[in-house]
Amino acid sequence: MTVQESAQAQAAGRAMIELRNVNKWYGDFHVLKDINIGVRKGERVVVCGPSGSGKSTMIRCINRLEEHQKGHIFVDGIELTGDVKHVEAIRREVGMVFQQFNLFPHLTVLQNLTLAPIWVRKMPKKEAEELAMQLLERVKIPEQASKYPGQLSGGQQQRVAIARSLCMKPEVMLFDEPTSALDPEMIKEVLDVMIGLAQEGMTMICVTHEMGFARTVADTMIFMDRGQIVEVAPPKEFFANPKSDRTKLFLSQILSH
Amino acid sequence: MTDIAHGTQVELDDTPRSTLERVSDWVRANLFNSVLNSVLTLLIAAGIVWFVFPLLRWAIFNSTLMAESDRACQATGGACWAFLGKWGAFLLFGRFPAEERWRPALVLVLFAAMLFMSARRGTGGRTLFAMWVGGLIVIFALMWGGFLGMPYVETDLWNGLPLNLILSLGGVGLSFPIAILAALGRRSRMPAIRWLSVAYIELIRGVPLITLLFMASVMFPLFLPAGVSVDKLWRAEVALMLFFGAYLAEAIRGGLQVIPRGQYEAADALGLGYWRKMFLVILPQALTISIPSIVNIAIGAFKDTVLITIVGIFDLLGDVNNAMNDPNWRHAYWEAYSFAGAIFFAVCFYMSRYSQRLERSLSRARPGGRRR
Repeated sequence: MTVQESAQAQAAGRAMIELRNVNKWYGDFHVLKDINIGVRKGERVVVCGPSGSGKSTMIRCINRLEEHQKGHIFVDGIELTGDVKHVEAIRREVGMVFQQFNLFPHLTVLQNLTLAPIWVRKMPKKEAEELAMQLLERVKIPEQASKYPGQLSGGQQQRVAIARSLCMKPEVMLFDEPTSALDPEMIKEVLDVMIGLAQEGMTMICVTHEMGFARTVADTMIFMDRGQIVEVAPPKEFFANPKSDRTKLFLSQILSH
Repeated sequence: MTDIAHGTQVELDDTPRSTLERVSDWVRANLFNSVLNSVLTLLIAAGIVWFVFPLLRWAIFNSTLMAESDRACQATGGACWAFLGKWGAFLLFGRFPAEERWRPALVLVLFAAMLFMSARRGTGGRTLFAMWVGGLIVIFALMWGGFLGMPYVETDLWNGLPLNLILSLGGVGLSFPIAILAALGRRSRMPAIRWLSVAYIELIRGVPLITLLFMASVMFPLFLPAGVSVDKLWRAEVALMLFFGAYLAEAIRGGLQVIPRGQYEAADALGLGYWRKMFLVILPQALTISIPSIVNIAIGAFKDTVLITIVGIFDLLGDVNNAMNDPNWRHAYWEAYSFAGAIFFAVCFYMSRYSQRLERSLSRARPGGRRR
């Protein structure tokens, strides 16, 4: 990106993440249509919408797990292009938590956490392990450090996955339906960790159907449907007074049970 | 099955039974539990008697342990093990200078020790890797000599069983880097790299090993500038390496294919980059999964090395053929080939048991997460 563009991005209120007219197609299928979002530093955004609405695809574009074909994505002032250096720089700043945890099964919990700091951040092993132990304390499972992921419950695995992302000291955390693969009794332990993160001021974009969580932590709610952003509003307004019919329908379906 | 009903009956009956009764019960339940099984049991028993007794008579009762030539043995009609006393060391080590035979013998011991260490559970991957690299260096140094008072021995005289092991295990070991690159390349998003890998794998797999060996030993020197020559053994080793590499690449690709996409995405999301992602996250898992097929390839490789005789390098089988030229022992081929066969069987059987055990321990570890 040029110096001019960078200056523009900074002028726009220090946007941590900015999507401008982002479009994406899978073959003929138009998954993302003219997406425009700005996320400030410290802002907590919850994205919801029916399945297939493109919400996962959108946040996966932010760290280039998916490629967008049109439009611009800026993360911390760096534009995401095909340039591998930009992609890697952005991935270092953006942590991601997946629906399926995706821990590395051949490494212990501690090794899962220290892998990226040691190899990407070039942190000394001892320092990385201290950091990892601090983060395991924070997600309340320090006693599992030497176990393998396969020996943990789903909720524990997801908390390890969160700690693994935090180990890279990211500026932004992306959550892609982090509780959808969990048994109901484990959802709370994961949400508690996420609420803690939000209270500490982490910039977060979270795709989730946990509306209670959204009410508690979100600064902004985004509702997506069929590849478009339908509604953007603060949670109070979003839940009490949704403007579009599609939002009303979605909320009635998701809150009725 | 009928023996289930029978089994329950035996369990319910708690009166003490003699060993003889239990044996006869077992025989009745397993060998003679139906007309068909009884007939089969009798037929197989007859086959064993028909085959095993003559074999024992040949191998043991009528065999000759001391003789100066095979004519002495012909009188008894049994095996002429005296031949092995005379020629056994030559079969194992070939034309390696006789007074230096302790060197290839030590190489065999080293190989056996390394195979044993590899099969033992609880030896870490890094230790094993270091052991094999170090071990192979020592082995080559021992064979070559030229230091510490050990005379230099040219590769032409490296014969027999150590050569089979060097060519196969060395070849498989050396082919790992190329196999990993080809396996990764075949899944690459860059068309040039993908096509190059596919071309290498399919070309090599589409050609018999003998053809490759001939090309390495006959055609390759024609392309070299005058005065430059590459040792015949190394040309053959490179041919074997390329050959094993193609098969190994496919085995590794099989492992790569079952690694879930989420593993790649998680590594990407952490910013590991391509090579660190592959070497730290993907390959350790893929290689573990492919161990059984890798061991299969190693077994095949070991047996394939006998083809090397065709290009004038004498492995164990080549030595057997050479020994047959001794007019005194021209009729001892049964003994010579049984000897070679027994060695091949022992090595391959050991490797196959090793792979079975690995497979079992891997499948046991999987449900509760993989453990070391």
